[in-house]
Amino acid sequence: MKFFLKILKDFPAYLWSGWGAIASILLFVALWDVGNQTYGNLVLPSPLETFQTLYAMLHDEDVCKEINITLYRASVGFGLSLLFGSVLGLIAGFFATASMMSRPVVTILVGMPPIAWIVLAMIWFGMGDETVIFTIIVASFPIIFVGALQGTRTLDGDLKEMADSFHLPWHMKFIDVYFPHIFSYIFPAWVSGLGMAWKIVIMAELLATSDGLGASLAVARSQLDTPTALALVTIMIGSLMFIEYIILEPIKREVELWRS
Amino acid sequence: MEKLEVKNLNHHFGFTEILRDINFKLEKGQILSIVGPSGGGKTTLLHLCSGLLDVEEGSVTNTFDSSSFAFQEGRLLPWKNVLDNIAIGLLAKGEKKNDAIKKAKDIALKFGLEEEDFNKFPKDLSGGMKQRVSFARALVVKPSLLFLDEPFSALDIGLKKELQTHLIEISKKENISILFITHDMMEAIRLSDEILLLKADPGHIVKKFSYDLAQDKRDDAFVYEESAKILQDKEIIETFELNSLEIK
Repeated sequence: MKFFLKILKDFPAYLWSGWGAIASILLFVALWDVGNQTYGNLVLPSPLETFQTLYAMLHDEDVCKEINITLYRASVGFGLSLLFGSVLGLIAGFFATASMMSRPVVTILVGMPPIAWIVLAMIWFGMGDETVIFTIIVASFPIIFVGALQGTRTLDGDLKEMADSFHLPWHMKFIDVYFPHIFSYIFPAWVSGLGMAWKIVIMAELLATSDGLGASLAVARSQLDTPTALALVTIMIGSLMFIEYIILEPIKREVELWRS
Repeated sequence: MEKLEVKNLNHHFGFTEILRDINFKLEKGQILSIVGPSGGGKTTLLHLCSGLLDVEEGSVTNTFDSSSFAFQEGRLLPWKNVLDNIAIGLLAKGEKKNDAIKKAKDIALKFGLEEEDFNKFPKDLSGGMKQRVSFARALVVKPSLLFLDEPFSALDIGLKKELQTHLIEISKKENISILFITHDMMEAIRLSDEILLLKADPGHIVKKFSYDLAQDKRDDAFVYEESAKILQDKEIIETFELNSLEIK
């Protein structure tokens, strides 16, 4: 509780430090506008037109429904990866044999292109939620698994010995000695897993479903509706930036104060 | 009467013999040091005595009420600030957080840490400060036996002397027994009631030296004189291989 209050307390200062980021985004939008003036509306609609389309879309109930569908798939897929990746990774990390044996499997999972998984999933599950969720899991599970595994593998033996010398009870050992170290590995893995999930959900929807943001993107493509396509991309990037910079980054800063 | 007694202790790592037939006794209030060259099994012996390693052959009988350990490199938790690091032993004993922090503050001030340092993380502390925190953490639990693993080796001579003086004061006041290992003869002579000389390959005790003069009466002259004497001892010369290094 105290911890979350501290995050809230430091939040305005954190937001205030974001001016540099905003300036760089605005610079990017300016470049985008230059692109529009050079190549014309069909190739690259102006930022203004895109944002107007975006505004109209956000007031359209159908679009909101599509967003919700995509959000649902991404959260289920990512939630399952988070749960299983973290738990299995931690367990594997505690046993030398398990971590040794799981490494090649993880390499196979990471090495296999997500697009190949989509094809397989379409054959196995047909066109629908399961295909998308499955693809998200196979793509983001290994990232989280490896993070958790590395976290437990690299626990400091010297600190364990210190904990033993002071006869720390098991719950203190876990909370005060193991957890902060493991968290410093697993949290960045969660962040990249989330980024991966968000990208994969769009790709899987574009190829394998008839609803969701990805499917809307496919429709926009077939109608050569570039403003809508760009507006959809803006939604995706905007939501990812929101989760990463407004929710996750402040937590990370607070938890890793001891590092920087 | 509290005591630590080691009898016929042998230890192996795999097929390598580390320690052979170690025997000694540490009484209440006594300071015992084990000196010997690096890699001679000193740390292993200390870990066996403190229970961090399991005894395989022979016996270690520890009847002291409580013990704590100060390590050579500090071993502070990097994600905890100075006070929380010091308080960890107290919390492990089940003390309330507020009481533990208060005691941690008191002892931190005694060990020359300043209030502005209390909320710093170990990464912002100098080597000497980390060592002070490590000492404070070991002593705040009021152990009746203290294990020290070359605790002064990374400190400059001024800081070394300051912490040693502290240690002598506290051990006399609280009647703490200390078992410590070092490769610094002067340090051993300044602090110990008894010095055990541990020769390597495998580690075995070749000689004991006793000093009767009370620690707080030992001035620099005494330490230098005794060091000069001990460095001419045949066993010491052989154990540290001092003769083979002479320039011809």
